[in-house]
Amino acid sequence: MEQKNAVYIDGQLVELNGEKNILELTRKIGIEIPTFCYHSELSLYGACRMCVVEVEGRGIMASCSTPPAPGMKILTNSPRVQRVRRTVLELLLANHDRECTTCDRNGSCKLQELANRFGVKKIRFGERDVKLPLDHSSHSLVRDPNKCILCGDCVRMCAEVQGIGVLDFAGRGSKTVVTPAFHKNLADVDCVNCGQCSAVCPTGAIVVKDETDRAWAFIHNPEKLVVVQVAPAVRVALGEEFGLPAGEIVTGKVVAALKRLGFDKVFDTSIAADLTVIEETHEFIQRLQNGERLPQFTSCCPAWVKFAEHNGVEYLKNLSSCRSPQQMFGSLVKKYWAKEIGKKPEDIIVVSIMPCTAKKYEAALPQFATGGIPDVDLVLTTQELARMIREAGLVFDQLDVESFDTPFGFTTGAGVIFGTTGGVAEAVLRAAHEFVTGKPIDQINFEAVRGFAHRKEATVEIAGQQIKVAVVHGLANAKTLLQEIKEGKADYQIVEVMACPGGCVGGAGQPIAPTMETKKERAKGIYNADKLSQLRKAQDNPVVTKFYDQWLAKPNSAAAHEALHTSYSNRGRINGEEIELLTSKQPDTVDIAVCVGTCCYLNGSYDTLQKLMKLATATDVKDRINLHATFCLEQCEQGPVIKVDDEIINGVTPDTVEKVFAEKIRPKLG
Amino acid sequence: MKQEGVNQAPKEERSTTYQRKFEKVNEIINRLGRSQSALIPILQEVQEEYRYLPEEILTYIATALGLSPASVFGVATFYAQFSLEAKGKYVIKVCDGTACHVRGSNPVLAAIKKRVNLTGDKKTTSDLRYTVETVSCLGACGLAPVLMINDKIYGQMTPEAINIILDQLEKEEAADE
Repeated sequence: MEQKNAVYIDGQLVELNGEKNILELTRKIGIEIPTFCYHSELSLYGACRMCVVEVEGRGIMASCSTPPAPGMKILTNSPRVQRVRRTVLELLLANHDRECTTCDRNGSCKLQELANRFGVKKIRFGERDVKLPLDHSSHSLVRDPNKCILCGDCVRMCAEVQGIGVLDFAGRGSKTVVTPAFHKNLADVDCVNCGQCSAVCPTGAIVVKDETDRAWAFIHNPEKLVVVQVAPAVRVALGEEFGLPAGEIVTGKVVAALKRLGFDKVFDTSIAADLTVIEETHEFIQRLQNGERLPQFTSCCPAWVKFAEHNGVEYLKNLSSCRSPQQMFGSLVKKYWAKEIGKKPEDIIVVSIMPCTAKKYEAALPQFATGGIPDVDLVLTTQELARMIREAGLVFDQLDVESFDTPFGFTTGAGVIFGTTGGVAEAVLRAAHEFVTGKPIDQINFEAVRGFAHRKEATVEIAGQQIKVAVVHGLANAKTLLQEIKEGKADYQIVEVMACPGGCVGGAGQPIAPTMETKKERAKGIYNADKLSQLRKAQDNPVVTKFYDQWLAKPNSAAAHEALHTSYSNRGRINGEEIELLTSKQPDTVDIAVCVGTCCYLNGSYDTLQKLMKLATATDVKDRINLHATFCLEQCEQGPVIKVDDEIINGVTPDTVEKVFAEKIRPKLG
Repeated sequence: MKQEGVNQAPKEERSTTYQRKFEKVNEIINRLGRSQSALIPILQEVQEEYRYLPEEILTYIATALGLSPASVFGVATFYAQFSLEAKGKYVIKVCDGTACHVRGSNPVLAAIKKRVNLTGDKKTTSDLRYTVETVSCLGACGLAPVLMINDKIYGQMTPEAINIILDQLEKEEAADE
């Protein structure tokens, strides 16, 4: 009997409910079809061909990109399907560096897993003999093109979810590679180190930089006091590495494990997050009262900060000047606590355990060092901590719980929810009302900013003023929001941005999460930890109050600014060469550079350039001017920008260029 | 892993013609439109101007079209018609398809390389005068061995003939200047 709206899968009648493809349908009935390039949050690509099924009358089809049609007879495990899948795997393996034992993804590699699952014992094809160089340039990631199977997951993740497009395919046929533009290194392009590419990579082609050896060296150095801080999101994810369910709060076990590994003091980054809330909220209130630099963007996420430094320079002044909790922690430990315990900053080593790959890059930034000594010496991801626990032979499950050390161990729920999207905004909302009116707010939970929607909004009344808050996660969503703000279509006073989908719980340093559900469970864990806290507001943290009394005077004081705040710089987009337009051989020439970077280009720098070119080739000044187009003069908010010798001149529009030429350039030519 | 050895003309020589070319790039972008679908025609015309696709110009095109530089690089490296290395004023394509090969394309290629002083894998002379490449078939097997210099086809080549042709070319060029 033929059913109208159903298909047969391996002889079983399955009803259709608007499934977009056969793969979705089979997963619903408990058949796990293997895939490399299929991710529900990314666009369909259909490249890896692992998900093939046999459709009667149509032959072998890719189930990810074939919509089910009523009456279809689908076989998911026919001899033909088995043969094709094995051949696909063999071909992929033939083109893949198979040094599994020394690979970072040994044991968590999808290619390895599927080769095992489908019984590939022999590869009939030769091995690729050309070895491509590895890219070690990034502080956060290592790229090994020899392990790339060209599934394009990283390419689509970076372009679609993060809105950047650092990586793309280059070349064709057997010479195809995935690479940043012009085969540049990751450190030389606009990569923000979020590491989401590594989180979707099925193999070891992009991995988190492993620095566990450095951690062991610090631990085993008897002259150093090694302190470690643990970020909020770590405590709801580390358990997954040891077979515990996602979202289970394992704080006590994490502390115990760190102590057993040999760290001298185990502290909680959440206390620095409490501090961030207080600083950031005061900063916000001040801006609100002055009506300046709004919306205020959060600045805890280093990937978002770098994204803004590349792509949103006109909004850099809107970023909160607060350092991230990780850096606030390091700064306090080295600047103040060291003195208190009678140690020199260089004798204390600060290690962070973070869910994040970009934190590795952040810790290495020169502005986060005091007298040449970094505030945070080493950043390990949740994955790396798991590796160390395994290496030390600790049975995680059986560890007795322990509690954080003082003084950086006492936190409130506000500092803990920093670990998930919406958490920073919520923590600020719990404080802002009280700071303005002097009266604590009744509302603790702000459900509107919770959850995994692409953009969340809330309006809160503070002293008669409506404060509009927006929360985005995933940088593509941040990019859209920036665009709307630019066009005047969006009006907010506070914007929280976290680069990774789900916020820090979905960071690329966390255990590899197969689906969004895992990240949602972790977020639930974070909110549970908040619920379990006796104190839920950052301003109620007595230890933080003590820090102000002892060290920092008051929020946003000079001392607080020195230790807890920072500034941002424009990074341009790509390390590009200049375009030379006029070069003179004369000795006394004037150098003019015209910016044609994104902002200036959109502001009409090309027309400025055209006019300048005409002016510069006029007979009386001919051969006296060197003219080039350059990619960024780092003054984007005031473009078009030109540079005359060493002087930067902003806002040189086609209308004013003649005036600028007459006043600034001609006098130099005598 | 930046690729080394990319040919670039000496600075001074570049700048004299650069200004005119950059104006042309903008004219091309404006004429073909700043949409992503115009990328390939833009690259084709820009390559006509520069004889190759310079890195900084590709980044500029990416900016103008709202694409990532990596995507533009991807397109530019996908098609064999695009070159990211500077090519000579005269591009000599020597056919090495079956017909040309058996009728002696190798000695012709060797003669050209010797004449323009190219050794090893180098394809373009350091003065950016000549680029010598082999191609698989020019579709003129009846004239084998055959070669092209820029847009002009030369059939039934011999090592002696190529020297005469290049003599002629250089004489014409000198007369032009």
